[in-house]
Amino acid sequence: MRKVAIVGVGMSKFGEEWNRGFRDLIIEAGVRALEDANISGADLDGLFCGTMAPGNLVGQEHTAALIADFMGLNPIPATRVEAACASGGLALRTGYMAIASGMHDAVVVGGVEKMTDVSGGLVSEALGGAGDQEWELFQGATFPAIYAMMARRHMMEFGTTEEQMAAVAVKNHLNASKNKYAHFQNEITIDQVMKSKMVASPLKVFDCSPVSDGAAAVVLVPLENAKKYSKDPIEIVASAQASDTLALHDRQSLTSIHATQEATRKLFSLANMTTKDIDVVEVHDCFTIAEIMALEDIGFFKKGEGGGATAEGRTALNAEISVNTSGGLKGCGHPVGATGVKQAVEIAWQLRGVAGARQVKDAEIGMTHNVGGSGATCVMHILKRV
Amino acid sequence: MPAESLAITWRRMPERYRMEGTCCSTCSTCYFPPRKICPKCRRKGKIESRRYSGHGKVYSFTCVTAPPEGFELEVPYVLAIVQLEEGPKITAQIVESHDCDVEIGDSVEMVFRKIKEDGEEGLIHYGFKFRKV
Repeated sequence: MRKVAIVGVGMSKFGEEWNRGFRDLIIEAGVRALEDANISGADLDGLFCGTMAPGNLVGQEHTAALIADFMGLNPIPATRVEAACASGGLALRTGYMAIASGMHDAVVVGGVEKMTDVSGGLVSEALGGAGDQEWELFQGATFPAIYAMMARRHMMEFGTTEEQMAAVAVKNHLNASKNKYAHFQNEITIDQVMKSKMVASPLKVFDCSPVSDGAAAVVLVPLENAKKYSKDPIEIVASAQASDTLALHDRQSLTSIHATQEATRKLFSLANMTTKDIDVVEVHDCFTIAEIMALEDIGFFKKGEGGGATAEGRTALNAEISVNTSGGLKGCGHPVGATGVKQAVEIAWQLRGVAGARQVKDAEIGMTHNVGGSGATCVMHILKRV
Repeated sequence: MPAESLAITWRRMPERYRMEGTCCSTCSTCYFPPRKICPKCRRKGKIESRRYSGHGKVYSFTCVTAPPEGFELEVPYVLAIVQLEEGPKITAQIVESHDCDVEIGDSVEMVFRKIKEDGEEGLIHYGFKFRKV
C-alpha cells in the first residue's frame, strides 16, 4: 500500500444557500480544492463524491457523473458513495483506497448535500432513510426521537444532564462563530438551549444540528508526490470503518455506538497511536448527546464522563482536547453528504496552522469521526502534518 | 413512502398484525422483526417462526413533539424501545400515556392500533403499539 496525502482542500459556505443549487455548491468546493492543490483537471484520474439523498432532496441521481460533467472533468471515472450521514467520510476512505492501492494517482473527493430546496417534512423523510424505514420510521420515529432515546438511557445509566448536553451546543456555536464557512455565526447560552422548543424529549431544537446546504472537497495523491502540489501536505495516516445494526433497537447498548468503538480500535492499531496523540478532533455531533457518546466511545473520556467533561470546558478550543473546532455539525451545519469531507478540510486547516481565531496551538495530529444514521456506519481517519 | 406501499402492507401482515418474529433454534436467540439469517450462527442457524406474547418493558422512550408527516394528529406521543419478554427490543408507540407519563422499566402490553393513513382515500396502516399494564 502507498501512503496517501491531502494536497488541496476547499469548501463552500454552509447554511441556507438559497441562491445556489446542488451543482453550484460542489463545483465551488471542488474548484477551491483544485486551486489549493494547484493541480490541473488533466492530472486527475478519479472523482469520488459522497452524497446521501439527492434523489429525494433535489430529484437527481447519477450525481457523480453530473459533477464530473459540470466540473469539466469528463471522461474521468466518477463514483458516488452513500452511507447516510457518513457518505462524505466514506467517499474520503474510498479515495484513500484508490490512491493507496495504486489504482489511481490523483483523485478529487467531494461531499455535498442540497437540503433547502424542499420542505422540512420532505427533509426529515429523506433523512429517515438512514434508519430502518419498516421498523423505526413506520412507527413514528424521527432521527431526533432515535437520538433522544439514547440520551434518555445515557441520563439514566450515567447521570448525564440536559445542561451538560446544552454545553456541547454552546461550545460548538462559540467555535462556529470563529469560522466564516459555518452555518451559524452566533454564540448561544446554556439558558437559550434549555429554553428552546422541545423536539423529542429530552432533546430540544438547540440540541439538534441544522438542515444545511453545503459542499467540501479534498485532493488526494500519493505522499511521495505530495510536495509537487503542496508545500504543506497532510498525510492520511490511517482510515478505518465499521458497521452495526441499522435499527437502534437491535443494539445491545443504547449508550455507546459500537461501530465507533470498533473503528477506533482499528484506527489506533493501524496508526500505532492512542487518544493522547490526538491534538484536535472533529466528531459527529448530529445531536449534542452524539458528541458526548463519541468522546467516550473513542476513549477521550471514560464512559459516562463525556457530559461532565464538556460542561467543565475540557473539550473547548485549546483545552485538554479541542473538539469540533469547525463548530461541528451543530454550529458549522450538517449538509449530510458534505460533513465527512468538511471534517477533513477543517483538520487539514488546523494542521497547516491556518485556522485563524480557532487555531489549535501546535496541532500536529488530528482525527475525524463520521457516523451514518444512529451508528450503523462509522468512518474515521487520522491526519498528520508532514 | 415505499415502506408503506400496499404490497409491503400485505407482506408484513404476520409481523405487524400478529407480532410474528423468528427464533434461531441453534443458539436460542429470538428476533423481531424476523430475520432470515441468524447473525450469530449465520448459515449454521435454524430459523423458526415465533409468535410473540406482546408483553415487555420500556427500555427507553421519548415524548415526540415535532412529528414526521402523517403523525401530526398524534402529538405529543410517546415513542419507545420496548424490550419484549422473549428478548428482542423493538420501536413502537406507547398509547394512553397522557402527558407522556412513562418511565423506563414500565411494564407494557401490545395493542393493535391504526398507525397512520395515506390521506382521505389512501391506505390505512395498522400495526402494534403498546400500553402500560
